[in-house]
Amino acid sequence: MISPKYFREIPQRYRLEAGKCKGCGATYFPPRLVCPECKSKEFTKTYLSSEGKLITYTVVRVGSDKFSQQSPFAVGIVELKDGVKITTQIADVEFDKLKIGLKVKIVFRKIQDEGKSGLHCYGYKAILI
Amino acid sequence: MIGIVGYGSYLPRYRIKVESIAKEWGSDPEAIKRGLQLFEKTVPGLDEDTITISVEAAKNALLRAGIDPQLIGAVYIGSESHPYAVKPSATTLIDALGIGPNVHVASFEFACKAGTEAMYIAYSLVKANEMKYAMGIGADTSQGAPGDALEYSASAGGAAFIMGKENVVAEILFTTSYTSDTPDFWRREHQFYPRHAGRFTGEPAYFRHVINAAQNLLKKSEMKPEDFKHAVFHMPNGKFPQMAGKKLGFTKKQLEVGWIAPWMGNTYSGSSPTGLAAILDVAKPGDKIFMVSFGSGAGSDGFIFKVTDKILKVQNKAVKLRDMLDKGKIYLDYGEYAKFRCKIILND
Amino acid sequence: MREVAVIGVGMTKFGELWGKSMRDIFVEAALKAINNAGVDHIDSMYVGSMSSGLFVGQEHLGAVMADYLGMNPIPATRVESACASGGVAFRSAYFEVASGNSDIVLAGGVEKMTDGADVTEALATAADQEYEVYQGVTFPGLYAMIANAHMHQYKTKREQIAAVAVKNHKNGANNPNAQFRGEITLDQVLNSTLVADPLRLLDCSPVSDGGAAVILCSMDIAKKFKSTPIRIKATAQASDTIALHGRKSLTSLSAVSVAAAKAYKSAGITPKDVNFAEVHDCFTIAEIVVSEDLGFFEKGKGGPAVEKGFTSLGGKIPINTSGGLKSKGHPVGATGIAQIIEVYEQLTGQAGKRQVKNAKIGLAQNMGGSGASCVINILEAL
Repeated sequence: MISPKYFREIPQRYRLEAGKCKGCGATYFPPRLVCPECKSKEFTKTYLSSEGKLITYTVVRVGSDKFSQQSPFAVGIVELKDGVKITTQIADVEFDKLKIGLKVKIVFRKIQDEGKSGLHCYGYKAILI
Repeated sequence: MIGIVGYGSYLPRYRIKVESIAKEWGSDPEAIKRGLQLFEKTVPGLDEDTITISVEAAKNALLRAGIDPQLIGAVYIGSESHPYAVKPSATTLIDALGIGPNVHVASFEFACKAGTEAMYIAYSLVKANEMKYAMGIGADTSQGAPGDALEYSASAGGAAFIMGKENVVAEILFTTSYTSDTPDFWRREHQFYPRHAGRFTGEPAYFRHVINAAQNLLKKSEMKPEDFKHAVFHMPNGKFPQMAGKKLGFTKKQLEVGWIAPWMGNTYSGSSPTGLAAILDVAKPGDKIFMVSFGSGAGSDGFIFKVTDKILKVQNKAVKLRDMLDKGKIYLDYGEYAKFRCKIILND
Repeated sequence: MREVAVIGVGMTKFGELWGKSMRDIFVEAALKAINNAGVDHIDSMYVGSMSSGLFVGQEHLGAVMADYLGMNPIPATRVESACASGGVAFRSAYFEVASGNSDIVLAGGVEKMTDGADVTEALATAADQEYEVYQGVTFPGLYAMIANAHMHQYKTKREQIAAVAVKNHKNGANNPNAQFRGEITLDQVLNSTLVADPLRLLDCSPVSDGGAAVILCSMDIAKKFKSTPIRIKATAQASDTIALHGRKSLTSLSAVSVAAAKAYKSAGITPKDVNFAEVHDCFTIAEIVVSEDLGFFEKGKGGPAVEKGFTSLGGKIPINTSGGLKSKGHPVGATGIAQIIEVYEQLTGQAGKRQVKNAKIGLAQNMGGSGASCVINILEAL
């Protein structure tokens, strides 16, 4: 029963809500309680850029049971325009088109289902632009 | 002046051709293409549903409206494929777009016209001065039973409309609705596929309601078909809207821009709304648009819009429907399509 | 702190041990080690295991194993650091002896992975649950992303990566405890099923059951026992961001280089002084990246090094003479201890056909997840 944990992550998964350190200006996603760089404990709310580039990727062919229906799927690390890096699936892509350096933008998709009767779980994915 | 302040649409990239479906069931694709005026349809990805389609369409509507999402007082999504039977689709949408929490939300259902009902209520709330802006969305990832005629048309897509009084791009001049208990197509609770009554879905259902609603709208507005630059009707296939238009006195040219079903399929609650979005993408100031939807069960909603000069400022602010319809298509074979549409029985 | 020796080792075969439970496996390895050391009691024990809860539903392993070894009421502690659980268990045991708190301590590791759990999901708990695993990423996926980045940045060749598996199977063929004792060819690796592009089935360490244990004791009593002692020269550990996307580099594991620098400094040696190493080859690419971060080769030159045979038995710096995780097997919690066992056998001249000539200093590098934790132990022949 994943409701509380899913609910807590909504601002990050739906809106890319991050934390900007008041001390040194570094941005963290997800937001943190203490800045690893300057150890400040004060942050302001900020939103990540929704465009970036692919800095590495792979095609997962053997997923966990939960993702077996979706396999194979592409996954990569995207460096967004504001410098923050996220791990995300790359949707609607023909695998042979994947290359390091490609420009992507973030879209809203369903990430997984909690079985047949549980929650639909949504979040961010990247698509090539 | 009250009307559409921002609009947006979304179509998935996947497609399947009529030929691929016909081959599976031993049917003649040419007969289907001729008879129904359908060539291919959109297919939602495994990670897409009415909620994700609505979010993308609404994002585009917000880009065009250029308003603070916090000013939207109500969001209604009409669909017959809401991801939850109980839990409204728009609660996810508002959190995704930073709307609310001081907002009304509900899911609407009226077969293929749930979207236009959502639009009508959103418009009415603004007209009643209940709120500054309200959004009505029609979106679907409808299911067609395997081997059934509807498998050729049931597709996925949606459009979102933000209603307001400032910077209106398309004024709503008149509305109407025509409803009766006509059991042409339905889906019982817990059933995966809908059922329909074959040819009964034509004259007694689609045509009776569309024609009556259209005639009422023309009478109410004291306008004639010639007064309109564009007309769009619910498109269960490519044939029916052409027949309805002809019967009412509209020309093929008036229907042309909104006539997207042959390549999109029937996006159910998204049908006439996406047709309207396609029209707004290219409309000129002063154009009048005639729209009548149809939802089985049955009923039709009618709208008359008048495009303002503000339309030119917003058309290019977000992606256009035709660009999503024509570009970047990924074709599937029937097996991939069946997997995407969860038509394959899996082990528990 | 006083000097600590390793005086005995024992392990089960690694593989699919259908007939043995997790308790059976750990006890078998522990008893072998105790017998090998020739001690008549132990003061304390550490049990390394990554995910006994998810694999067999059992936590509180310290208590379970002390009970089943018949050793109540000695203190017994479960140690967890994902795939580095064994290495960290060893390091914990070292401190208990070095500090003078205990004289003889057992450091063991065990994992029982074949009892029906979703292995991919259990292993993924070593990654960032909400920001990597939620998206569908798997461990092969994470290392595949490292491989793609390394190939892009350094022009590392696919064949060089595959050569790691070929070398390790060649070594494993001479390891009686290895899960896979057959040699494989480069062609076989390059044509095996894709798991996460570009990594294929034969680039990945297997799912295994197994247990391993070693006995540590203070150096001043080590020579009392029948076995040959070796000295623990240095131990170091470091951490890095849990998520791969949080790292400063995608092609370098800084937990490895930081721990290595600390270990070399503490041991008073440089990478050149290391005669052989057991390295955490959970995936072939990991061995290449780690061999660079341990300072054996310049960044980017790890691939050519394997190709040229520098890390083969008989090469400049033999890596994974045991067969590595790839061929020996990877019962997660036991791996770190099994690495120590290979180092011990090499330093005491008991490695048979795998023997490295003039083995004086050996290094064991064990890491967790995609490199978020790393523990390095350097051992020396007396």
